[in-house]
Amino acid sequence: MKKFFNEFLKGIIRENPTFVLALGLCPTLAVSVSVTNGIGMGIAATFVLLGSNIIIALIKNIVPARIRIPCYIVVIATFVTIAEMTMKAYSPALNRALGIYVPLIVVNCIVLGRAEAYAQKQSVLNSFFDGLGMGVGFTLALILISAIREFFGAGTIFGRALFKSFEPAFVLGMPSGALLVIGLLLGFFNLLKMRKEE
Amino acid sequence: MKDRLIVSVSPHLHKDESVSKIMWLVVASLIPAGAAGVFIFGISALSVIILGVVSAIATEVILQILTKRKITILDGSAVITGILLAYNLPPQVPFWIPIIGAIFSIAIGKQVFGGLGQNIFNPALVGRVFLMASWPRYMTSFTQPFNYDAVTSATPLALLKKGKLFENISYLDLFLGKRGGCIGEVCILALLLGAILLFIKGYISWHIPIPYILTVGVFAYIFGPKGLLSGDWLFHILSGGLILGAFFMATDYVTSPLTRKGQVIFAVGCGIITAIIRLWGGYPEGVSYAILMMNAATPIIDRYTKNRVYGAG
Repeated sequence: MKKFFNEFLKGIIRENPTFVLALGLCPTLAVSVSVTNGIGMGIAATFVLLGSNIIIALIKNIVPARIRIPCYIVVIATFVTIAEMTMKAYSPALNRALGIYVPLIVVNCIVLGRAEAYAQKQSVLNSFFDGLGMGVGFTLALILISAIREFFGAGTIFGRALFKSFEPAFVLGMPSGALLVIGLLLGFFNLLKMRKEE
Repeated sequence: MKDRLIVSVSPHLHKDESVSKIMWLVVASLIPAGAAGVFIFGISALSVIILGVVSAIATEVILQILTKRKITILDGSAVITGILLAYNLPPQVPFWIPIIGAIFSIAIGKQVFGGLGQNIFNPALVGRVFLMASWPRYMTSFTQPFNYDAVTSATPLALLKKGKLFENISYLDLFLGKRGGCIGEVCILALLLGAILLFIKGYISWHIPIPYILTVGVFAYIFGPKGLLSGDWLFHILSGGLILGAFFMATDYVTSPLTRKGQVIFAVGCGIITAIIRLWGGYPEGVSYAILMMNAATPIIDRYTKNRVYGAG
């Protein structure tokens, strides 16, 4: 059990997809304007990661190596379609806010990266916990980035204003603000890592 | 001891100059423009300058203590950043604007890269552009000269952009600073006094300021409002932050090219971008964006204008 827990935990800190592996930055930059968007994107990506990791771990022995990538893409796209249709049915507002970035989970490099680097070599259970850990790590990173951007860029958290006389810095709501926040956080986590290694 | 054994590249000339000496002289050369700004816009301009300088110094000290590096505020570079940032702000901004701007300039514009000499972009302009993108409402409301009750007015360039520049502002008013604008950019006379001091001491050369100003003038003349070759070139040279930018910000040693040839390329690039933003861009003024863009191009300019090593090739 401890082994599975470690597989789960590594995606959150030691191999965090956003801050350590630097994967999936495109949706991170684009949707992290508000915490709601960040959580929605994180849950959708976690669902796709879990599903694709399990299926790919199951079919790894029957897929010929030369055509594995197209096969994986088909599996991933299936789960993305499920996620998108569910979102459209139950939360159309979130779907509108995330826009093109939901279908684009298909090409999110975290999903294919975990399939290539992990699920095709490991057991189903291991892949399940890896997918869960990576998904949760991605979601937490998105929440952190979007909370900073939403608070300083719009003065709100979950769309609610916190202080009356707070004047938000518009730039953090813009793409340049996303790059700035992610760059600083990446540097900060690298610093923590370096301190730990010393 | 180890430091003393490192031999620099020949020729081993010694010059009685130091970074801090140059920096403090630049500070001195900036004083007339600030004094003129305070005279024109009143005491609020002075408080903006003081807040900018104090916050810049404080940020530098705090960051250097936190990162356990040598404290280098006495070299004057943080003071220059604070002054230049304040000179690029309207005189009636709320008190926290210069503070946040100075913190951002020093922390993000300079110390994140490793401190003086390592930064890619001019720190003061990084701070100004951050403020401009974050709180445009405060950054674009200017006050009338010699009217200390904060009557808002627009800068000549903003009026020109909106097509509302009906009465001609005289060139003498522009030259002496009787117009709306940022604290340190309005009085061209005072800026030129400081620039002459730097020229005499040899701290800046003509290779950046003169081609920069000429390029803007030529562009503005060619692409005038009433067809080709009808532009008011003198108006474009005297208005906005061109003089401040060309003499004091584009010439920053750290972020401009090393060779003379590179400096001229850099300056012409700044001029073209400034003129394009002014004439066709979305903003009335483009000096800060132009200098920042060419700062980004400085490493590549340096690579292609490297002096040939004597005796090689």
